[in-house]
Amino acid sequence: MSLVELKGVVKRFGTNTVLDDVSMNVERGEIIAVIGRSGSGKSTMLRCINGLEPVQGGTVVVDGETVSAPGADLRALRQRVGIVFQSYNLFPHLSVEKNITLAPRVVKGIDPGTARELALGVLRRVGLAEKIDAYPDQLSGGQQQRVAIARSLAMQPKLMLFDEITSALDPELTGEVLKVLEQVAAEGMTMILVTHEMGFARRVATRVVFMHQGRIWEEGGAREVLEKPRTPELATFLDAVLH
Amino acid sequence: MIREFAAIDVYYLLLAARWTLALTALAFVGGGLFGIVVALMRVSPFMPLRALGAAYVNVVQGIPLLGWLFVFFFGLPILASVQVSSWVAATVAFSFYAGAFLGEIWRGCLQAIPRQQWEAGAALGLGFGEQLRHVIVPQAVRVAIPPTVGFLVQLIKNTSLGAVIGFVELTREGQLTNAATYRPFTVYIAVAAIYFAMCFPLTQLSRRLERRLRVAR
Repeated sequence: MSLVELKGVVKRFGTNTVLDDVSMNVERGEIIAVIGRSGSGKSTMLRCINGLEPVQGGTVVVDGETVSAPGADLRALRQRVGIVFQSYNLFPHLSVEKNITLAPRVVKGIDPGTARELALGVLRRVGLAEKIDAYPDQLSGGQQQRVAIARSLAMQPKLMLFDEITSALDPELTGEVLKVLEQVAAEGMTMILVTHEMGFARRVATRVVFMHQGRIWEEGGAREVLEKPRTPELATFLDAVLH
Repeated sequence: MIREFAAIDVYYLLLAARWTLALTALAFVGGGLFGIVVALMRVSPFMPLRALGAAYVNVVQGIPLLGWLFVFFFGLPILASVQVSSWVAATVAFSFYAGAFLGEIWRGCLQAIPRQQWEAGAALGLGFGEQLRHVIVPQAVRVAIPPTVGFLVQLIKNTSLGAVIGFVELTREGQLTNAATYRPFTVYIAVAAIYFAMCFPLTQLSRRLERRLRVAR
């Protein structure tokens, strides 16, 4: 069984259809880069996977749990699926340590004594152990985003979703975040990334999915999709982002 | 018999100011409890709760405070055959009134926290109550302090309306003193000065708290 199974997913905002019959399977260990214009439904698809957006049609199954079913146990699901947002969304009133350990303490009930160890562990993975007692507004954008990744890692998810996480960053800060992503990928994490970083997609992704007008327009191996577009829409898109 | 306005009158006014403060305190505590419930109802994901909270606020805010004092003082004996003292009627009416206003103030503060903060909490598996408690409320409290203290100052001044149902507080004591001394200007200047002495420190406190919370995040 695949880790993620989308079958005929339809998502509408009012009369506007944002996802139109989207089907996709993601296997364990895969790294999927989702590309496409803004408004093509990439972020919405991601948000449907962890139940932040309810769907109007089709089914979303993650790790055996039917997310799209009415009484789905989203709380249990979200302990297994992490998401990192474009705008970091750290909790500004909490230190880095508390940001990271809030959910493990409250949701998983880990003992407060081991919480700091847990925070240190994940912070080392993103290279920010020395910032454990800092507050979010004392960190650069890139550091905040790395803390957000650490916060997500602390829940030990089976799947991580990344929603354009470098789009709000200056180019020189993008690199440090991508490096962390690459390392998480190397550890074998299953990842779905919505991204505009084509170089990164080509280097790291096992599969690239191009979305257009709410549909999966093209998909395949990273090289094949990015170098030999079969549809004029993808060719135009690549032309626009690569030049 | 008209007598002079003397130090003893100031003393009586100060004694009466205690009842102004006591009524304010009771109304603030009662109103705070109502207010918390109303604010939570207004941001809850359940439509009927939101509607009920909104209805309460609209009804209370749409009727003058004086009206509520009459409703509880004269209305309860007629409608429910319960005699209530002016203490009870004033406390209930002011709590009722403060609950609606504090509820609205606090709802606004909860809603001032960006939606993404709720979402970040939800994405980590926190339930609605946990998101509120650990993520939203701690941030909203800081936003809430200045308007809450501002309302508290309003409340102190509004308790003077309690006089109409025979509740003797600062303003009512001022009227009584004036009747005995016939020195309206002096008496009401004294009354005003006492109100100012109660309200001004609160406003200052609010500024200080606001500054301190900003530094401590």
